[in-house]
Amino acid sequence: MYALRQWSVRHARGLNAFYHGFERSLLAMHGMFRAIGYQRLERPVAAVEKTVKGLLFDCRMCGQCVLSSTGMSCPMNCPKTLRNGPCGGVRADNRCEVKPEMMCVWVQAYHGAKRIPGGVEAMSAVQFAVDHRQQGRSSWLRVVRERKGAA
Amino acid sequence: MAAGGAGKEGRSVIFEDEPVPGYPLPILPGHTSPGRFERVLRAGGFAVTTELAPPDSADPEDVYRRARVFDGYVDAINATDGSGANCHMSSLAVCALLTRMGYAPIMQISCRDKNRIAIQGDILGGAAMGVCNMLCLTGDGVQAGDHPQAKPVFDLDCVSLLQIARSLRDDHKFQSGRKITAAPRVFFGAAENPSALPHEWRARRLAKKVAAGAQFIQTQYCYELPLLSRFMAQAEALGLIDKVYILVGVGPLRSAKAAEWMRTHVPGMAVPDALIARLSGAQDQAREGRNICVELIQAIREIRGISGVHVMAYRQEESVAEVIDRSGVLKGRAPWYPERDTIKASHRTAS
Repeated sequence: MYALRQWSVRHARGLNAFYHGFERSLLAMHGMFRAIGYQRLERPVAAVEKTVKGLLFDCRMCGQCVLSSTGMSCPMNCPKTLRNGPCGGVRADNRCEVKPEMMCVWVQAYHGAKRIPGGVEAMSAVQFAVDHRQQGRSSWLRVVRERKGAA
Repeated sequence: MAAGGAGKEGRSVIFEDEPVPGYPLPILPGHTSPGRFERVLRAGGFAVTTELAPPDSADPEDVYRRARVFDGYVDAINATDGSGANCHMSSLAVCALLTRMGYAPIMQISCRDKNRIAIQGDILGGAAMGVCNMLCLTGDGVQAGDHPQAKPVFDLDCVSLLQIARSLRDDHKFQSGRKITAAPRVFFGAAENPSALPHEWRARRLAKKVAAGAQFIQTQYCYELPLLSRFMAQAEALGLIDKVYILVGVGPLRSAKAAEWMRTHVPGMAVPDALIARLSGAQDQAREGRNICVELIQAIREIRGISGVHVMAYRQEESVAEVIDRSGVLKGRAPWYPERDTIKASHRTAS
């Protein structure tokens, strides 16, 4: 929902802090997740993630969430699905070149990033090309698996 | 003055090993491509590039005719890739045709129409055809063009494209990790728009492109010089101006009406009121547009960290030679063109 998405950017700092707390609890639940089986958890967790993030961010479930690096503005809502900042066509009123009815996702991201400590630096990091196989899968579970797998 | 006019043959040149058409130049130490464009920039020359609008035709002569008007005035020619999301001959094909004559094309790669499989194939194919320069772009949205019913691809964005392109050249592998046997020797570039919002983010975006592998930058039209100066100061503060060659986009405005149209219809473009007023007050608006362009080029040359200009003159390509000539930025240098050396040789025999 567009209005809620705007709200999320305005509250980027709080949401980012909340997510980091949430991520810590997820990491702590790794043992339980493993016992139940990540495969079995994939569908229900992805469904919850889709509902929550869909509501707050118009999340597109790319499966490789970068909201903490994009000021809580989901880059997959950019009509060009840019992952590395705004294109050169941002309108004079900060609206999208392709969809003038909405604000540029990346202008929003920049405002959100400025609210998050270290947000602008995070947004300055180069993001790799999206792996389209992850579409529809849970980013939350992926983060836990990657962190714990690497550890 | 039309291309092929007086005075061209008398100018000095920088390089002596320039091509027999189609024959690759040696790669100089520290260079990534065998191209002339990279040579001019690395030698510290003020480079001039321009844009060729690919024809709506399958006739190669249409391409050559469009290239010839720039003879003697440009170091490289960009071939646009479905610019404005309109369908034309492909950039890869235009570039391949141009290399047959020895021209130095810059192949534009847009992420709008092709996924990473097609794009990596084009990079290898272009390099195999002698294309030494490629410009990595995101591309315009399909709604802007003549096929709004088309599917927008955008599998990559310009930054991830740069990363993948650099990895093809430097790591000799596809994004999948699969090895390639001969790497494309290409000078990679990207675009930037110092006039677009958010202004304070633009230099950081440039930093991302440089980090991802951009070696040169060609900008969108810059008519508002204070914005450009600010962008360059920010780029310098981020330590970028020694890492990337920046060519600033300029072009003659045909009339006040055209300038007004650009301002309202090209998102991200800034055209100052004073400039429009100056055009509308002129008797010959097209001529005044060229005067303004010459003045802009001369002012841009003075800004720290700028290595050249990219002259875009859609549908008035014949004015590029005049504008460059009057600006004096080539300082007597004659960029290579197919007959340059034969003309020089015949003069030598005659004297």
